Amino acid sequence: MDWQWAADHVDDFAEATRSHLYLALMPVLYGLLISMPLGLLCVRFPKLYPPVFAGANVIYALPGLALIVLLLDITGFSNWTIIIPLTLYTLVVLVPNIVDGLRSVPDPVRQAATAMGFGELRRLIQVELPISIPYVMAGLRVATVSSISLVSIGVLIGDDFGGLGVFFIDGFQQDFMTPLIIGVVLSVALALLADALLVLVQRLLTPWSRTRRDRPAAQLERVGAA
Amino acid sequence: MITFEHVTKRYPDGTVALDDLSLECPTGKTTVLVGTSGSGKTTAVRLINRMVEPTSGRVLIDGTDVRSRQPEQLRRGIGYVIQQVGLFPHRTIADNIATVPHLLGWDKKKARATALELMERVGLDPALAKRYPYQLSGGQQQRVGVARALAADPPILLMDEPFSAVDPVVRSELQQEFLRLQADLDKTIVFVTHDVDEAIKLGDRVAVFRIGGHLVQVDSPERLLAAPADEFVERFLGYDRGFRRLSFLDAKSLQLSMPDTLELTGSAEQARATVAGGGPVLVVDDARRPIGWLIRSRVARWPDRSALVPIGHTFRPDTDSVRAALDSAVLSPVGVAVGVDDEGAVVGAISHDEIAEAIRPPTAEIGPS
Repeated sequence: MDWQWAADHVDDFAEATRSHLYLALMPVLYGLLISMPLGLLCVRFPKLYPPVFAGANVIYALPGLALIVLLLDITGFSNWTIIIPLTLYTLVVLVPNIVDGLRSVPDPVRQAATAMGFGELRRLIQVELPISIPYVMAGLRVATVSSISLVSIGVLIGDDFGGLGVFFIDGFQQDFMTPLIIGVVLSVALALLADALLVLVQRLLTPWSRTRRDRPAAQLERVGAA
Repeated sequence: MITFEHVTKRYPDGTVALDDLSLECPTGKTTVLVGTSGSGKTTAVRLINRMVEPTSGRVLIDGTDVRSRQPEQLRRGIGYVIQQVGLFPHRTIADNIATVPHLLGWDKKKARATALELMERVGLDPALAKRYPYQLSGGQQQRVGVARALAADPPILLMDEPFSAVDPVVRSELQQEFLRLQADLDKTIVFVTHDVDEAIKLGDRVAVFRIGGHLVQVDSPERLLAAPADEFVERFLGYDRGFRRLSFLDAKSLQLSMPDTLELTGSAEQARATVAGGGPVLVVDDARRPIGWLIRSRVARWPDRSALVPIGHTFRPDTDSVRAALDSAVLSPVGVAVGVDDEGAVVGAISHDEIAEAIRPPTAEIGPS
């Protein structure tokens, strides 16, 4: 480790971190915006779900590199070339989680809401979506962490498009480990930090489900005791 | 008044949930729909708030077809309680109760005050207002369910097996609470259950349904037990129908007589003398509360308490039914029911033979031979 070198390049690291976050988080946001209506449609028209789910899986199976090369022809050397593939990759976790979340709303709850005079839209916004938050948040956590770790492939199209990934390439090319190590540590730290933040947000949003999460654990204990 | 006019509900797969139902549920009364599963009771209730639309026929509320009203508006004026309660897990108890007031756009403070008032009314500690549903027991959740249905003071209450999922002790508490509430509120209630006892206990009128959505009989609980319309109803009511019917006869009508009594402090001499009369002797304390029976074969042990035969349970001739008196006689080792007043002092006794004689139908009813 060359600490002097690291200290000299703090600004570079800060800039790369900022761009890394931007390139990783925008896809999660877009992914959420796309999968929300998609998930709603899949719940409303259950026949739609298998093909949508299969589609998301196929996209996820496409090699990132191939996607990027393909996109270069269309979007050129811009952030979009990296944001679009990462957005598509988030769908594979977000859509199923939104569908599972909405399906987790107990039928009696839905019936009670209807019987009390909720219209469909109001029921969706005030009852069904809030109850699916734990599932949606679980999806967001996976999507965010994977997106943060995937951003670095962007360096393949240019130094400005891979966030912290630029330091991995630098390190290998110059056989100089310091940027590589710092880049990896920062990338992992970002992922963990983002995950922790999302957990915190979820706790704040769902004070009502805290012990619910504890319940399976309590059951396990009982089984263990027996 | 809720009126079903020749209502039939047939599902696309051909199942008939309700077959030409005509029924009136009078204002301010509890109409209980009872029947086996698949007899269309739930469908009937859901036709009232348009959760189900009829294939043919009409459902009227005070003469107006429910289908002339917009479903959301209609439903906000009809309370609805279901077996699984269906509380909103993400809202506090107070917010759950205030659901319909919120939908109706009430002022927040008023909605909250109403929620707290209703919590007391249904027997919930207002300290629970800020809790979430998962923190409450099943019985408490169902009380919240009832409070939520009452929040906007709807004139009509639909209750679909509301007390079926709780244990028997809690169920009985909730039923008592229901009767107390209804005595105050006079709502028009349509109550679904598969439990005949519950139907008889809670209903002003009981409608018995049979598989295939057929209404077989509508009557007061008393009439239903006395004169089942057909064999199906008779079997559905069960073989203790005659015994249950006694719930509707007041124990006041029974002629009690005062048995021979002996004070706890009575001597062996006195005991022998009283027992010589033949019948069992009721031993009472200084406040004339019954302690036990003394019979001839055991009199030698007196004044040892082990000489006494237990009385089982007593009954209150002023408030109990003949059913309670008969039960007390049947459970008594000497076959005599002891009636007491509100302070527990003996007012008289009656044997099961005498009760049987009192409840035997007059000869006229048996008809000519």
